[in-house]
Amino acid sequence: MAVPVSYNVRNLIVRKTTTIMTALGIALTVAVLLSVMGLVNGLDSALASTGDPLNIMVLRRGSTAELTSVVSRQQYQDIRALPGIARDATGEPLVSLEMVTVIQLASVDAPDGINVNIRGLTQTGIDLRHGLTIQSGGRWFQQGRNEVVVGASIAKRFPAAKLGNTLRFGRSNWKVVGVMDAGQSATNSEIFGDLNLVSADYNRLDFPSSALVRATDAVSAAALVNAIKTDQRLNLDAISERAYYDKQSVSAAPIKFLGGFVAIIMAVGSSFAAMNTMFAAVSRRSKEIGTLRVLGFSRSSILLSFFIESVLLAAFGGLIGCLLVLPLNGLTTGIGNFVTFSETSFALRISPLIMLAGLGFAMLLGALGGFFPARNAATKQILVALREV
Amino acid sequence: MSETKLSESSEVVIRTNKLTKEFIRDEFHVIALKDVNIEIHRGEFVALMGPSGSGKSTLLHLIAAMDKSTGGEIEVLGENLNRLSDTQIAHWRNVHVGFVFQQFNLIPVLTALENVELPLKLTNLKKAERLEHATTALKLVGLGDRLGHFPRQLSGGQEQRVAIARAIVTDPQLILADEPTGNLDAQSADDVLTMLSRLNKEYSKTVVMVTHDPHAAKFATRVRHLEKGELLPEGVTTTA
Repeated sequence: MAVPVSYNVRNLIVRKTTTIMTALGIALTVAVLLSVMGLVNGLDSALASTGDPLNIMVLRRGSTAELTSVVSRQQYQDIRALPGIARDATGEPLVSLEMVTVIQLASVDAPDGINVNIRGLTQTGIDLRHGLTIQSGGRWFQQGRNEVVVGASIAKRFPAAKLGNTLRFGRSNWKVVGVMDAGQSATNSEIFGDLNLVSADYNRLDFPSSALVRATDAVSAAALVNAIKTDQRLNLDAISERAYYDKQSVSAAPIKFLGGFVAIIMAVGSSFAAMNTMFAAVSRRSKEIGTLRVLGFSRSSILLSFFIESVLLAAFGGLIGCLLVLPLNGLTTGIGNFVTFSETSFALRISPLIMLAGLGFAMLLGALGGFFPARNAATKQILVALREV
Repeated sequence: MSETKLSESSEVVIRTNKLTKEFIRDEFHVIALKDVNIEIHRGEFVALMGPSGSGKSTLLHLIAAMDKSTGGEIEVLGENLNRLSDTQIAHWRNVHVGFVFQQFNLIPVLTALENVELPLKLTNLKKAERLEHATTALKLVGLGDRLGHFPRQLSGGQEQRVAIARAIVTDPQLILADEPTGNLDAQSADDVLTMLSRLNKEYSKTVVMVTHDPHAAKFATRVRHLEKGELLPEGVTTTA
């Protein structure tokens, strides 16, 4: 049987200063890692919840983003005639021609301006996006009027885009008549206006950017994607809306890399700190180790005991790390989207799974840092251990 | 009483044959124990005496299998210790040997009861049974009212009594004590020695005690002297 864990816990409590200092080092490492994971998770969630599996994004062949795509009104008409497209109550095919471009808005964090997506669309485009609601006090823009509706994140982060304000972009002034709430979706980072007015303002009345198509079912969606891609006459590309937004998660790659890199560097440091603490503990408790051996505890029991102590110490640090990042949960931030060349706002998500991963990471640090001191304790000769002061 | 007569009348618990312990320290070849032949029988209370460096503690450590001999044979409770693995020795020690240190060596973060319970963790006893045994052992050494006390809350004499309780809690046949009174005042030392003597007489424990103190040795039933690593003949005392 192993040395009782209470022995390890009480030793950690007795040397509380070194325990807390080491745990704090591990806590900071875990906090950095969890912050990065929370950022990535938040962005992934925003992008993942944006697309609808039945919606198909149609772009110019070769384009990877709406911003660099052109879909003419003629192509739009051709798409509408394809089979497998869902229809609205009036029997009209659910195809939304859309114009996407970027404008610069000054934000709280960047007074010089940040790129923000402006999307010109019709009522069909709004209908194709589930869960869109207008916050109280506002309304949807009206066709034929220079009005826009801004996403909730835009309204929050850009003072100029508050309800009732007027924005200047293209060749016109645009009144903000509503703030739309799209849950965690990336739509929260966009501004919606009338398709004809927005595209006319940018001299692209006949050549907007993309088309969003709703398929009747999953089988039709796959068939539609295939039909559009293989139709030489159309010369267009098609991709499921969800896959389109999933691809944008590459924007988080630099954060993942940098955060991962910093976390690894810190992890090495924390691991050495844990190792140092445990070596000191082994050295200070040498006589106890000798005594335990004399009482009949085997080398493996001693190894396990000190190993557990190190893991417990690190788990304590991991727990503090989780508590440190918990206030960041739900915090809204933005990231430059490499695909849309605009900012995508999202909320940090420190989920229970992420915290569990952080705790696991901390325990791994403890295990790495604790193994050699534990081995050192286990391999001590009894008499040598008893004689050490 | 000669060893031959004893071996005829009672069971030999410890038997050594030309037991030797040598080591190298700072390039010097040191002979800590040389060709020691001794037999200790069940129920004996043997005191090992001698000046510092005489090899008495080395002999005790070899009997407890805390160290390995470099020559000769040692058989304790029928086991040839040189042939046991590390794990077997650990188990053997837990079952058969109770060890009392000069500096008590209690675990400071554990209470008296937990310290005494510790060796029982290696047995198959349930928690309640372990606590019952540990409490009984502490009551036996007169510390029934100190169960929840930490070592720092006890006097030296009380600490050593806890150590004795820890040594006897597994009901070992052999109790080994290394200068058990070395850190105690006269009264506490007498209490501890009386206790060891009682364990020997009333509970038939075989006790081997290393001591400098002639007064402590008087509690033993037999005294053997060592000098410069050699065991002196029965009845011969050291010159120091």
